[in-house]
Amino acid sequence: MNLIYAASAFVAIAATLMVITRRNAVHALLYLVVSLLAVAVIMLLLGAAFVAALEVIIYAGAIMVLFVFVIMLIGPRNDIVSPRAWIGPGILCFILLAELVYVIAGGSTPPLAVKEVPPREVGIALLGPYLIGVEVTAFLLLAGLVGAFHLGRRLATTLGRKGD
Amino acid sequence: MASVPFEYGLVVAAVLFVLGLAGVLARRNLLFILLSVEIMLNAAGLAFIVAGARWGQADGQVMFIFLLSMAAAEVAVGLALILLLYSRRKDLDSDALTMGAGSTDIPGANGAEGGQP
Repeated sequence: MNLIYAASAFVAIAATLMVITRRNAVHALLYLVVSLLAVAVIMLLLGAAFVAALEVIIYAGAIMVLFVFVIMLIGPRNDIVSPRAWIGPGILCFILLAELVYVIAGGSTPPLAVKEVPPREVGIALLGPYLIGVEVTAFLLLAGLVGAFHLGRRLATTLGRKGD
Repeated sequence: MASVPFEYGLVVAAVLFVLGLAGVLARRNLLFILLSVEIMLNAAGLAFIVAGARWGQADGQVMFIFLLSMAAAEVAVGLALILLLYSRRKDLDSDALTMGAGSTDIPGANGAEGGQP
């Protein structure tokens, strides 16, 4: 299990290094998704399965889709995803896949010798002592929603005027 | 089963954070700066998870959930700002976007922009 941890850490750091050095934004985004997946594996090994799933769903899913949309709107049109761009992320993803197959084939091995914190405890803590934080987060999300809507409306005005 | 010391997790989080910081400092494209900020937030979340696992408490995961929603709100507003800037300047170079004192062409400052449709 030590080996899996080291491989995940290597994949995360290597992919992040590629993110901040790419010239093409789509390539950087591909590497960032791989990096987030590797970090999710590390979280899973640390006994935080619920948060690992959230990392994949929200970070690698929702937030990266937002970036994809923005790059689609502003990005360079030429050579957005050439076949060669998939080699690096493909290799790093293959390492993660090999880890997955190794863990599954090895039977139901528990994560690292840590106490796994189940989602039930997380939910109880979230809606118990941290309830005020949840409410503040609701305010924050509302502010983000209003801000994004306001900026988006101005953007629509600008684009509409240019299109006329 | 060998247990990985928790310091390794903190080291990975620190390396990821420093990489994101280097991206913020080195890149000039606003989109890459926002990506690097996401890397830094993610590294901070990983540090929370490591700390939560160290004591076997759920607090680290709760903090990560807060951080996740904060990152979602931040990236929504940030990307909307980037789109707005790009639609006006056709440029995402942070050095070219000097809108501070002494700049004469502040977008939206002349009253003609941002009006009601």
